[in-house]
Amino acid sequence: MTGTPLNIVAFCCEHCAYAAADLAGGLRMQYPPDVRIVQLPCTGRLDVLTVLQAFDEGVDGVMAAGCLPGNCHFLEGNLNARRRVTRIQGLLGEIGLEPGRVEMFNMSAAMAAEFVTAVTEMTERINEMGPSPLRVGGAGRGGD
Amino acid sequence: MITAERKPLEEVKDLIGEARNVLVMGCGTCVTVCFAGGSREAAELVVSLRMATRLAGAPREITETTVQRQCEWEYLDEARADVEQADVIVSLACGIGVQAIAERFPDARVVPGVNTTFLGMPTEHGIWEERCAACGECILGITAGICPIARCAKSLLNGPCGGSEAGHCEVSPDTPCAWQLIHDRLQRLGVLDVLMQPQPPKNWKSSRDGGPRRIVRDDLRLAGEQE
Repeated sequence: MTGTPLNIVAFCCEHCAYAAADLAGGLRMQYPPDVRIVQLPCTGRLDVLTVLQAFDEGVDGVMAAGCLPGNCHFLEGNLNARRRVTRIQGLLGEIGLEPGRVEMFNMSAAMAAEFVTAVTEMTERINEMGPSPLRVGGAGRGGD
Repeated sequence: MITAERKPLEEVKDLIGEARNVLVMGCGTCVTVCFAGGSREAAELVVSLRMATRLAGAPREITETTVQRQCEWEYLDEARADVEQADVIVSLACGIGVQAIAERFPDARVVPGVNTTFLGMPTEHGIWEERCAACGECILGITAGICPIARCAKSLLNGPCGGSEAGHCEVSPDTPCAWQLIHDRLQRLGVLDVLMQPQPPKNWKSSRDGGPRRIVRDDLRLAGEQE
């Protein structure tokens, strides 16, 4: 990708998106290197406070990637996560950050191409917004 | 439980004003179980305020603490050191907790971070409903355990009114008619004839109409604290 290197955290369900990322890697598919993957047992484990703390630490975007609706390993974890993502978007708006800096995606373990598409879409979206104004130490990839 | 809802961040920011040291104080009892003002919500508010004030170019020192109950001196005293260092305290307790802080720490500036809403219970995940109006003279014994004071929009004692339609209150289709509920439950219990006895007008003196209320239990008082 062009522009400033970004720091996007992807909370991925181990039953779908995490495996899809693995498959994308196995297939040597290329996707933007701006994303850090955090493995979750289910996106139902997505925690509002953890996401807010990530933004407070200066990440530029957060994506949650869970199973397709109806296919959650824990029945409804992905649907609960979507409602939580909606709440986080509202909180970001109150705080003064763009709500679009957090987004929910759904895919199966076999959908490597969709994982690449989601990461690319998120990276392009955040690139348009620019790095988070809360970045510590200005531009650059935090944590490296 | 006493239920509450968080105030909009903008309102909390206005209440804080120019204060440099902000203490967010959660409460570990009612507002914790209704997810409005416990330690997690305190942490969420701290992070949100920290980000918002940084974005506004006026970062503050924002800390948090949560006591078991803000409405009891013993628990409040545990937070004395934090309170004394703060320019303003954002209390996430109900209105009782806010007032308890003001009463216990006369020099502290305290503002509410939540709106105290009602006495109620969770009926399902994420939904709370009012159940008690704390009227001071409980009549649940003659209304099949369903309170018309809290759950009837008109607090009728001899309902239902003409606004009851298909079991719902005219105020909102989401609100069941309390008197329909009472009727159905009395019928289920086989004691529908209870309704043949009209209830006289309620003496509201035991409720808010009698002014601020007070309970005195001499058997529980300590000799050293007698007035």
